Amino acid sequence: MAVDLEQPSNFITTRLRQAVNWGRKYSLWPLPFGVACCAIEFMSTVSSYNDISRFGAELVRFSPRQSDLMIIAGTISYKQAPVLKTIYAQMAEPKWVIAMGVCASSGGFYNNYSTLQGADHVIPVDMYVAGCPPTPENLLHSLVLIQEQVEKEGLVPSTVRHPDRVGA
Amino acid sequence: MSQQLVERLQREFGDRILAATGMHGDESVTVSRQDLPLVLAHLRDQEGCEQLSDIVGVDHPERAARFEVVYLLRSYSKRHRIQVSVDAPEDEPVPTACGLYRSANWHEREVYDLFGIPFSGHPDLRRILCHHQFEGHALRKDYPIEQGQECTRPENLFSDEDIAHAARRANEMSSSPGAVVDELHPSDLLTINLGPSHPATHGALRAECLLDGETILDARTEIGYIHRCFEKEAEDHTWAQVMPYTDRLNYCSAMLNNSIYAMAVEKMFGVEATPRAQAIRVIVSELSRIIDHLVCVCTNLVDLGALTNYWYLYNVRESIYQSLEKLCGSRLTTNYARIGGMSHDLYDGFEDEIRVKLQELEQGVTDVTKLVARNRIFLDRTVGVGAISTADALNWGYTGPCLRATGLAWDLRKEAPYSGYDQYEFDIPTGTNGDTQDRIMVRMAEMVQSRRIIEQVLQKIPGGPVDLDDPRMVLPPKAQVYGSIEGVMNQFKLIFEGIQVPAGRGYGFGEGANGELGFYCISDGTGHPYRMKVRPPCFPIFSSFTSLVQGRMLPDAIATLGSLNIIAGELDR
Ligand code: SF4
Repeated sequence: MAVDLEQPSNFITTRLRQAVNWGRKYSLWPLPFGVACCAIEFMSTVSSYNDISRFGAELVRFSPRQSDLMIIAGTISYKQAPVLKTIYAQMAEPKWVIAMGVCASSGGFYNNYSTLQGADHVIPVDMYVAGCPPTPENLLHSLVLIQEQVEKEGLVPSTVRHPDRVGA
Repeated sequence: MSQQLVERLQREFGDRILAATGMHGDESVTVSRQDLPLVLAHLRDQEGCEQLSDIVGVDHPERAARFEVVYLLRSYSKRHRIQVSVDAPEDEPVPTACGLYRSANWHEREVYDLFGIPFSGHPDLRRILCHHQFEGHALRKDYPIEQGQECTRPENLFSDEDIAHAARRANEMSSSPGAVVDELHPSDLLTINLGPSHPATHGALRAECLLDGETILDARTEIGYIHRCFEKEAEDHTWAQVMPYTDRLNYCSAMLNNSIYAMAVEKMFGVEATPRAQAIRVIVSELSRIIDHLVCVCTNLVDLGALTNYWYLYNVRESIYQSLEKLCGSRLTTNYARIGGMSHDLYDGFEDEIRVKLQELEQGVTDVTKLVARNRIFLDRTVGVGAISTADALNWGYTGPCLRATGLAWDLRKEAPYSGYDQYEFDIPTGTNGDTQDRIMVRMAEMVQSRRIIEQVLQKIPGGPVDLDDPRMVLPPKAQVYGSIEGVMNQFKLIFEGIQVPAGRGYGFGEGANGELGFYCISDGTGHPYRMKVRPPCFPIFSSFTSLVQGRMLPDAIATLGSLNIIAGELDR
């Protein structure tokens, strides 16, 4: 982005891609796939004290068709897996996924017959957040990191970012 | 009282009571499978056992009759409780108790799902926690804990036939002679999924509603989306290692789960925590109850469209969380109690800090009460919605605030005082109609009572150690570990072999945020639980959901669901 300070005018010059990415970065619409304890901490992150709207991501949407950032907050069981996959498929490109907490990242301390050992067994994940549950600060940090990614490669669809996952 | 009940049963049934035991105050009788319906009916009708609190399956692969099924019954009018157990050889059906207790429906499905014990006469014997493509029975001792099974598609809850049937039934009901009504066609009906990922379910559970316009003709529920195998994990860990898993049962009130679990195991030893530990447990438990109620009330109100309350009350909650984080290093998953004590003492200045936070709470509750109590929209959405009578509630297995909302003043903190609750003064708030409004208001009033309790404890919190001086369960002080061979050995054995809980069984319970939270423990004397069954308060409550919403409008279902406070972690375990 550039502003000509020598001869002030009403114009800012930039490249279209940059402008779009900059806008997109600060208006991520999260879809909380909240299934367990981590969802409670997600709620804390949204509430007034931690206030996720400082990062422009407060427009929580429960419709996958309206959101571009999925936050998987909680344990994914085998029973839940097909549901997660469907909902992810319903989100429009470009889209990002945060696996919040150790359960969504790797199954956490549930290594058993019912728990999927990480959400990335069914859908591609862009960011893994440590913690059981991660603190709101930790989640916000991951959001900032996703924003950096968005700024760099905003319009790249997830199928290009995760070529190995196409058709998975 | 329960002992006399056993004697009366023995007089009534003679030899048909095959055995009677009373361990740790839990009276239990054994009967044959054939006599089970008779005995249960007698207990319900003659002995006032209005509630079947839980059904526990146990697997003994080495016995001729491989399985055992234990029924936990409680009488509210006569204030006693009893356990009835039957033996069940593999593949031989046990007669169902569904005709007597509605709560039996889901409990029996669970036993069937996890152990494969069939119940004859059960109206709908399907899996409940494991998915529909699962093979085998997970809690059998020979099922390997890590053997996962993939699920490729969700289950369809309403078949075309069900929908056609519902349309026919609706036509029959509405056809009064002479009236011209449009015939309802199956294609006029719509099925809508609430969940498993839906803002109003507050967790992973699913209710599929069959709608005629906005009216719910029928609803079917499905749970098990976050079945995390607490009970199997418990068998796989030592008694002390189970503590962090209890955090994640009802994750809104982890401290309560911690304390009640520790109490249940202490009961197996026949000991009680030190006075200081008990007082600390009361404080943190009540803080937990407050947080739980805050979350329930806030989210329920958000579902009704009242977002402001969420901003108000969540600040209070956040502020209590900060103290809890300071106390045990974690906000949600606290892992603070220990078998025989607490992980450590309170920090300096805890008392004063909590007093300030309680004032904030009072302010928050007052603000929100002002916003909603006489708010027209709130009243329209909640009064008479999802109402249930006391008798029905007991039959469905209700406990806790949802039961008190129906008008029954029953609180385990008063009825079976533990951790010194009898020293504190508090009231039991009740409702009158058992509807959504009552449930919300009871919770609001309970927060104020919890505050009262905490303030009393803070005034006279006893000094002394927090841990029992008992090497069987409490780790030795570090000086001993590094300074004496006994200390090293003791530490080593407790860590590697686990706490050697005496063989036997016991049911430890307390008043959780949602109702009676119980742990039915069986120990075989090794360092691991042989069987650990949780009695989750919201499991039976959610089983009644369909009956609460049938014939009502869809938005009523949302309001009702929120007020029942179904926490999926505890529901599915
Ligand atoms: S990571 Fe921890 S807090 Fe989050 S869902 Fe899993 S168990 Fe719960």
